[in-house]
Amino acid sequence: MKSLEDLKKMREEALKKVEMREGGKDYRVVVGMATCGIAAGARPVLNKLVEETAEKNYNCVVTQTGCIGMCVYEPIVEVYGKDGEHTTYVYVDPEKATRILEEHVGKGHILEEYTVDAAKKAEAR
Amino acid sequence: MMQDLAMHMLEIIMNSIAAGASLIRILFIDSKAKDEIQIELEDNGKGMSEEMVKRVTDPFTTGRTTRKVGLGVSFMKGLTEQCNGVFDVKSQLGVGTTVYVSLQRSHIDLPPLGNLGEMMMAAIQGNADINYQFTYKNDSNEFAFDTIEVRKELGDEVPLNEPQILLWIRDYINEGIQQAKEEQL
Ligand SMILES: Nc1ncnc2c1ncn2[C@@H]1O[C@H](COP(=O)(O)OP(=O)(O)OP(=O)(O)O)[C@@H](O)[C@H]1O
Ligand SMILES: [Mg+2]
Repeated sequence: MKSLEDLKKMREEALKKVEMREGGKDYRVVVGMATCGIAAGARPVLNKLVEETAEKNYNCVVTQTGCIGMCVYEPIVEVYGKDGEHTTYVYVDPEKATRILEEHVGKGHILEEYTVDAAKKAEAR
Repeated sequence: MMQDLAMHMLEIIMNSIAAGASLIRILFIDSKAKDEIQIELEDNGKGMSEEMVKRVTDPFTTGRTTRKVGLGVSFMKGLTEQCNGVFDVKSQLGVGTTVYVSLQRSHIDLPPLGNLGEMMMAAIQGNADINYQFTYKNDSNEFAFDTIEVRKELGDEVPLNEPQILLWIRDYINEGIQQAKEEQL
C-alpha cells in the first residue's frame, strides 16, 4: 500500500530533477486537453506521455493546452523545440505518443506520417 | 463520445482550472443502497453571472474563441438526462461555481466509472499550483486525497507536476478507491 510517507523518500530525487530542469529542457510536449481533446482520447495519451517521460527521463516537459481550433484532428500533441519551431501531431493515441517521444524528443527525428500536414494531404487525395 | 464518468468529470474540472480557481473540491459518492451516483465539483474560480448560469448548458455557450460551441457542460447535462439523473449548477461571480450531478447507478446507459486516479493526474498536470481535494465515498467507506497533504510531505520546491509525483498520485488514489471498494464487500 502507498502512503503519504512515500513522498518524503521521493522528495530528494524529485528535487534533483527539478534542479536539472532549471538548466532547461530541449523540448516541450503539449497535449490539447479541452473537451474536443478529452472526448477524442487525450487523457490516456497524456497518461502515456507522463509515464514514459518519468521512466525514460526524456529531455522534455509535458504540458497541456486548451482548444487550438483543429478539433477534428484531436487528440493533438504539439512538440516545441528549443528554437521555437514546432510540429503538430494529430490523431495521437498512446502508441503514437510513445513513438513521438522515442523518435522526435529522443532522436530529433520528426515523424512526418503523424503530422497534421500528412493528415491534410491524405484527405485531399 | 465521452467513454466514462471520469472523462466527463475531467472536462468540468478543466472549466474550473480555466476559471482561475485556486481550490477545486471533487466529491464522488457511489451508493448501492440509494442506487445513485452523486458528483459534486466545486471551485473558487471567477464564477458566472446568473444569466450565464442559465445559458451554460447550451452548447452554443462558450468563452472559447477557437470555436463556437462549448461542449463540456452540455455533455454532462446530456448524460444526466440519459441516466435518469439530476444536473444543477450554482455559481456566483467572484465567489465560485459548484456543479451537482446525480445519476441512477443501475441505469443501463450509465458509462463505466473510468480511471479516477488518471483523471486527478491529468487535472494536476494541467495546473499544479491549484489545490485539489478529492473524496470518494461508498455506503461504508471513504477515501480522501488532498494536495495540501502532499505538499506538506514534499516541501515547496517540488512541484506536483513532476512526472514521478504525478504517477504516484494516480496510483495512490486508485489504490485508495480500490481498497474502499474491497472493504465494502
Ligand atoms: N467552473 C466555471 N467557472 C466559470 N465559468 C465557467 C465554469 N464552467 C463553465 N464556465 C463558462 O461556461 C462556458 C461553457 O463551458 P463548457 O465546458 O460547456 O464549454 P467550453 O469550456 O467553453 O468549451 P469545451 O468544454 O467544449 O472545451 C465556458 O466557456 C465558461 O465561460
Ligand atoms: Mg469546458
